[in-house]
Amino acid sequence: MIDYLREIISGTWSLFVGLGITIRYFFQPVVTVQYPHEVLPMTPRFRGHIELTKDEETGETKCIVCGMCQKACPSNCITVNGEKREGVKGKVLTEYILDFTKCSLCGLCVESCPTEAITFSKDYNLAGLTKEAYIFDLKKRLEAKN
Amino acid sequence: MHVDPEIIRLLAFLVGVIAFAALNAAYLVWLERKEAAHIQRRIGPKEVGPFGLLQPLVDGIKLMTKQLIVPAGVDPVLFKIAPILVMVPAIMSFVTIPFSETLVARNLDIGLLVIFAFAAVNVLGLLLGAWGSRNKYAVISAARVVSQNVAYEIPMLVTVVTLVMITGTMNLHNIVTQQLGGFWNWNILNLSASPLMPVAFLIFFVCMLAETNRAPFDMAEAESELVAGAFTEYSGMGFGVFFMGEYANIVIGASVATILFLGGWDCPLGLFPGVHWFLIKMYFLIFTVIWIRWTFPRTTFYGLLNLSWKILIPISFFNLILTSAMLKVF
Repeated sequence: MIDYLREIISGTWSLFVGLGITIRYFFQPVVTVQYPHEVLPMTPRFRGHIELTKDEETGETKCIVCGMCQKACPSNCITVNGEKREGVKGKVLTEYILDFTKCSLCGLCVESCPTEAITFSKDYNLAGLTKEAYIFDLKKRLEAKN
Repeated sequence: MHVDPEIIRLLAFLVGVIAFAALNAAYLVWLERKEAAHIQRRIGPKEVGPFGLLQPLVDGIKLMTKQLIVPAGVDPVLFKIAPILVMVPAIMSFVTIPFSETLVARNLDIGLLVIFAFAAVNVLGLLLGAWGSRNKYAVISAARVVSQNVAYEIPMLVTVVTLVMITGTMNLHNIVTQQLGGFWNWNILNLSASPLMPVAFLIFFVCMLAETNRAPFDMAEAESELVAGAFTEYSGMGFGVFFMGEYANIVIGASVATILFLGGWDCPLGLFPGVHWFLIKMYFLIFTVIWIRWTFPRTTFYGLLNLSWKILIPISFFNLILTSAMLKVF
């Protein structure tokens, strides 16, 4: 009989404890991010598609068109083209095509780059209607950014 | 032309009660979603109108424009009559509920009995709907609802009988009038009549949750086990009417608890009694009902029946005997 009553009282008490926890949560501020209206900053190690970095001094790309990234890419999704120009030392980048449909985000291109000319972008809004939308010209993207 | 004012009054109350029930059904869904969200530290509906306040309207339009599918093989009469059988008794019960000193559709001497008589029809509606749907989940759900309601009707009615012994009347208006004058006069704290009055309120509240099939006793609509229970085959407004009936029953349950235990329209400190106090208490109880739903997981069916037969019924009978003894002695 004592056990029966004790069980009822402790059970009822535990229900009130549970209600206390939820009502405390009720009055605490919400933790969700209202995604389309608010965006969280991406973490530094997020791996988006690659993009060309900017040389802080010149504002141009650091790429020397050595082709290391193209060779390192296991999926053959990078095409780098450059040309010799009068009065400029080394080659000048004319186009940097990334076929993102094949990219597996392995990062070997970023590792192999001798001048740190490419890095992972933080871009994740990548919805598109055609396959061609995922063939990025990274040089044009960099110029558009500037 | 002479029109009997009684008929106008009747029509006004009819329209008012239906509007009140429908508005409550719509906005309790909103409250439920908002409260659930904040308990889980989300925001809940916010896009449609300020604070998502137009969401119920949009949901209503969606339900009304959907096709009413009557599946092949259902019982055509029972299938269509069931939502109405759930909705109508809930609205009928509003007739006797006194919202304030003057605001009552029909003050009956057996008001309490009328409410419990109509509340019992609700189960019949669910049973007929489930049986008529010819769906195994619906039939399992109906079997559960019936045994659950049989189990919980007993402690609820025993508690109510205890209360009626104390008040000596079934007239809801008189029950409230006896409790006027401050919270120390309310039946929940009427310790001189029975020291177990707060426990009686708890029993009544738990039984109300079970009678209205609310979580943690939502065996009838256990989504994870029974699809949608008795509502499985219903679409569009057929489902909508069931839903409105459910919420109307919650409003009735909270109103009856307010009247019987919390002093109806009485102010806790004896000042400014009025319909606003009735609504505050009623909505606080409804808030608690939703709060409970988003705190506790669903009980097992055995746990549900054990709670009733092994705990609630013995305690409510003990309370009945104690109260009658104290009434005799003092």
